[in-house]
Amino acid sequence: MDIVVCVKHVPETAEAELKIAASGKAIEKTGLVFDINEWDDYALEEAVRIKEKLGGTVTAITIGPEDSDSTLRKCLARGADKAIRLTDMKFEGSDGYAIAKILHSAIKDLPFDLILGGALAGDDGYTMVGPILAEMLGISHSTMVKKIELDDGVAKVNRELEGGLEEMVEVKLPAVLTVQTGINEPRYVSIMGIRKAMQKEIKALGLTDIGLSENDVGETGSWIKIEKMFVPPVEKQAEFIKGTPEEVATKITEIIKSRGLI
Amino acid sequence: MREIFVLAEHRQGQIRDITFEMLTKGRELAEKTNADLTVVLLGKDVKEHAKSLSEYAKKVLLIKDTKLENFNSEAYQKALSNLINEHKPLLTMIGHTSFGVDLAPSLAAALNLPLATDCIDLEFESEMLVITRQMYGGKVNIRATVRKSESYIVTVRQAAFAAQKPDMNGEIIQVPSPLSEEITKKRFIKYVLPPPSGVDITAADVLVGIGRGIKEENNMPMVEELAKSLGGVLACSRPIVDKGWLPSDRQVGTSGKTVKPKVYIALGISGAFQHVLGMKNSDLIIAVNKDPNAPIFSFADYGIVDDLFKVVPALKGKVYELKGQKA
Repeated sequence: MDIVVCVKHVPETAEAELKIAASGKAIEKTGLVFDINEWDDYALEEAVRIKEKLGGTVTAITIGPEDSDSTLRKCLARGADKAIRLTDMKFEGSDGYAIAKILHSAIKDLPFDLILGGALAGDDGYTMVGPILAEMLGISHSTMVKKIELDDGVAKVNRELEGGLEEMVEVKLPAVLTVQTGINEPRYVSIMGIRKAMQKEIKALGLTDIGLSENDVGETGSWIKIEKMFVPPVEKQAEFIKGTPEEVATKITEIIKSRGLI
Repeated sequence: MREIFVLAEHRQGQIRDITFEMLTKGRELAEKTNADLTVVLLGKDVKEHAKSLSEYAKKVLLIKDTKLENFNSEAYQKALSNLINEHKPLLTMIGHTSFGVDLAPSLAAALNLPLATDCIDLEFESEMLVITRQMYGGKVNIRATVRKSESYIVTVRQAAFAAQKPDMNGEIIQVPSPLSEEITKKRFIKYVLPPPSGVDITAADVLVGIGRGIKEENNMPMVEELAKSLGGVLACSRPIVDKGWLPSDRQVGTSGKTVKPKVYIALGISGAFQHVLGMKNSDLIIAVNKDPNAPIFSFADYGIVDDLFKVVPALKGKVYELKGQKA
């Protein structure tokens, strides 16, 4: 089974304090730590597990600047066989649609039975690349996948619905499956693995290498154009309790006690 | 007359809330753009749904087909494409739900219509569609313009708009099903409900909700003990279940449970909307987070900007002190 995994190199922002950049259209990226998008991390692990079970190859592919190599190296260390980086200044400003076009141009001539990716990216959260890519390739897709079982020419997948419910769906292969976090437990990378990965080649391709023109990508080739980024307006603000941990603890227990809960 | 489409979302015999939320926003947009509001209802035995939805819109476009009984993006895409091609609605609204994210992107690509996902607000400004959505887990908002088109598609975030009941009496129009050929790429098999683990967080008066800020599994006993000292139980946001530190029925949020305890103590939870939607109606919310700009602080009654590893031991000590027990 040949698997292509689409990954993204994103800043870790879950616990960081963010600032809006001077352009007013993006966040200030200096000082942020970049890593593989959390959802893609699970997708890569799933791909490697399938390969270990059924044989075949795993190719990791990303769109981004040269810095993205660290994410690709991580993929190689984890068990990917090949890595492709799609890099071009013209790609900047691409939304999920333009990203899907770029991926489509690069993937369509590769051998694959399955394409995996994260259900969304932690930065822009468009949640659209996988199904658009599938539509462009003329193959089936499934999203928010929590379990994959491969059978003769089909994938039986569990999709996450709301309220703790899941649905089981059968999807014809080849297919694009986008995974939800928690589908597996991504493995740690061994020092050996990282060392070996440093020697593997990362293939870099640009706009013309994949047969696209300037108008297909970036802001021009996108559906969405960001006009302004801002801090969400606060409808209600918590009353902040200040002081030493002991003082804070005293105040909290008083509040809870006043509600008759201690 | 131009139309605004709202795709009804239903599952296991129930129309889902997002449908009524979109209808409320759709009605406002229809009035402003001088368009008609139309609900699109695809399903099998959905006559009752059609009747109740007719009270919310000018028209209900109904396609009945056994292939549409359960959600299947392939069948839904074919049926909805047909209607969009025929009616050329100014806008088609679909929920940014598990159902919507499986359908909208491929539908938009197939029809070559621009799509904006996970919108929390939208308006037309001189023929341009302008949307508001969030990025970076809800830490920032963006206002964006959508590529000019005759017809747009959006997915709408759950609970972004409050559902209101209008006084309407729409016409139900049944359209013949366009699904003559077999649906070949995808097949619905069944719904699966993970087995319960024994603790019902929706029944607890006191919930200690933990998130990514907990960092390591080694820190679990500390918060477990705090929850116990308060006579409550531990609940959590998604990353904790993903890591396997708590079973999935402890998860609060859109993909987990909706809770309304007397007090919810959020520890190291940033407050992404997926989590907040499940706990924002708690009687009292106290949040501890290192990031002063964490979205959780706009939902909490009380906020503490500090390291939870300092606050939790102190808090535990005070609770024991108050109860006259030793820590």
